[in-house]
Amino acid sequence: MGVSAGPARIEAELDGRGRTVLPVLAGAGPVALRQWRRPPPGEPAEVAMVGSMAGPLGGDRYGVRVTVGPGARLRVTSVAATVSLPGDGPAHCTLELSVAPGGLLDWRPEPVVAAAGSHLLLETRVELAAGAALLLREEQVLGRRHDWTSGAGPGRLTATLTVRQDGVEILAQQTDLGPGAPGWDGPAVLGPHRALGQLLAVHRPLHPPEEEAAPDGGAVLLTLPGSGARLLTALAPDALLLRRLLTGREGPAHREADGTGATQRQAQPACAGRLPRLSSEAR
Amino acid sequence: MHRDHIADESGAPVVSAAPPGPRRALRIGLGGPVGSGKTATVAALCRALRAELSLGVVTNDIYTTEDAEFLLRHAVLAPERITAVATGCCPHTAIRDDISANLEAVEELEAKAGPLDLVLVESGGDNLTATFSRGLVDAQIFVIDVAGGDKIPRKGGPGVTSADLLVINKTDLAELVGADLAVMARDATAQRGERPFVFTSLAAPDGVAPVTAWVRERLAGWG
Amino acid sequence: MTAALLLLADGRFPAGGHAHSGGAAAAVAAGTVTDVPSLERFLLGRLHTVGLTAAGLAAAAARTADPAELAELDRATEARTPSAALRAVSRRLGRQLLRAARAGWPADAGLAALPAGTHHPVVLGTAARAAGLTDRRAAELAVHEAVSGPATAALRLLGLDPYQLVAVLARLAPQLDLVAERAATATRLPAASAPLLDLYGERYDSWKVKLFAS
Repeated sequence: MGVSAGPARIEAELDGRGRTVLPVLAGAGPVALRQWRRPPPGEPAEVAMVGSMAGPLGGDRYGVRVTVGPGARLRVTSVAATVSLPGDGPAHCTLELSVAPGGLLDWRPEPVVAAAGSHLLLETRVELAAGAALLLREEQVLGRRHDWTSGAGPGRLTATLTVRQDGVEILAQQTDLGPGAPGWDGPAVLGPHRALGQLLAVHRPLHPPEEEAAPDGGAVLLTLPGSGARLLTALAPDALLLRRLLTGREGPAHREADGTGATQRQAQPACAGRLPRLSSEAR
Repeated sequence: MHRDHIADESGAPVVSAAPPGPRRALRIGLGGPVGSGKTATVAALCRALRAELSLGVVTNDIYTTEDAEFLLRHAVLAPERITAVATGCCPHTAIRDDISANLEAVEELEAKAGPLDLVLVESGGDNLTATFSRGLVDAQIFVIDVAGGDKIPRKGGPGVTSADLLVINKTDLAELVGADLAVMARDATAQRGERPFVFTSLAAPDGVAPVTAWVRERLAGWG
Repeated sequence: MTAALLLLADGRFPAGGHAHSGGAAAAVAAGTVTDVPSLERFLLGRLHTVGLTAAGLAAAAARTADPAELAELDRATEARTPSAALRAVSRRLGRQLLRAARAGWPADAGLAALPAGTHHPVVLGTAARAAGLTDRRAAELAVHEAVSGPATAALRLLGLDPYQLVAVLARLAPQLDLVAERAATATRLPAASAPLLDLYGERYDSWKVKLFAS
């Protein structure tokens, strides 16, 4: 039952004039793809993922495969949050992201929201060549507002993220949150929070959180094994506050050096109805 | 005298994760109740010996870095010669039952600042039963003070009776707290037999001299 | 081989665990673990996340004496520990356990060959193998440590009633067996993680005043 589709595919590569072009841009299953603009040389191509049907629903199997070629730059966003809905068993979503030497992938979709009764198995596999750059945002939100006000509670979200750099695994983690996952809302895992976010930067600047956080929440910047890889992990009561913790932490290297990263903090709306521009390259 | 550290060392070698060097530093433990003057004794020993010896200090404060920071603040040794061990609310466990963290700390000091002649391992303040494992130190000093009451030597306990040196500190306060040094000396002798004890007043110039002299003797036997 | 298992699992085994709280000290300070029920929820979450992961790594390490495979498992532990502070703790505890394990099984070539600074779960699995224990037993050791260390730390920090704690640990016992079974039979190395434990581990490292090393 449910949708079962091969992955939507995006391939980005450099053309002879140093522009990133997209020889493959193929939606599949519930994922439609739109190119947002054709970039001038040196700037990333921008692609938006558009949900072409409701869901995922339980039982769906779908995914996205992204390949960024040598020196190419690609930014991927989504136009709306992905809402995981109940159906026939768990839904499976597989994201395969690979970046060649000198390439950049900026992967910042909107949050995944686990609606009451749903179970989504989200697997993200990142393969980075030596010297490949990545900015990856992942936001998991337990339950829609309606789920909480009606007393239905959240759905379940089992998210696996593995990152290999130059063939070596530098990050492997699985969070299992929501009803059925033992201890998920206890004081070792999520505590009172209902939104979990991560911003992973490899060979891209990532600023530490500025505000003094509550002792059992907020954001923490972790230095991963491997080369130039850092992970900002954030916990918040809801999606809005989570986005605030994850916004403005990324930026070009000179901002890190001169400490003016604050200028871009307000650049993105908490829930993007329009596509936020890539602040680092657009200026 | 029952002390024969070199024989102990060869008879029951310390199991070490690091390859044994040609010669490691002499390790002396300092234990004793809270506030008796362990850290002050360590600081005074470092000042007295640092010109002639290469020294390292491992502290086991319950608050991990408090004693280490005292030593740093008073600049008795360079920072790379001082390290702190956390003891999980059980200072005696870390020096007696499970000495692994302290052994790691000593070996790391030797690797970082070595070769060293002498490593002082200071216990967190504990009770009268706390003594060091022979797997961690080659000799140990138990520090009590007259302000704790002149009955302490009579009470005995493993620290008072079996430490290689008993230090009775703060003799300058004896009159103020009504402690009778003669009684303490008599009781200490009764408890310890031939094992030595010394009176110190660290407030006096070179008040640590009796301890320094004892440490020099140990070093002479170690060399 | 039960006696060897009990020896390695004994809280008195001198491998440094007594000074580590597994995040419990930070959780107590944050006010999220305050009593026996909140401790039970903490332990349950810890067991099914980092406990499962450590058990999977220990079980895998117990199945091999090949230095290359053990080095691969050490890298896998590294990748499963995003907090640099917690990676340092794991290496330190690995060194401390290695010292005790080499004393216990001095003839074991695998233990002798393990580099100092190998991550704790890999040393634990190797120690279990050296002691003649199965991978399942290695997983049991790992889940036992994942729960008992933090439980004892919280007992000390909060002055809890030890009998209530015994009741909690007895209730959790079947879960420990379940997680050990899952870890030992997993086809893919577990990578279960707990966001708050990462956050606690990284922040606790910078505290000036602390009773536990982690």
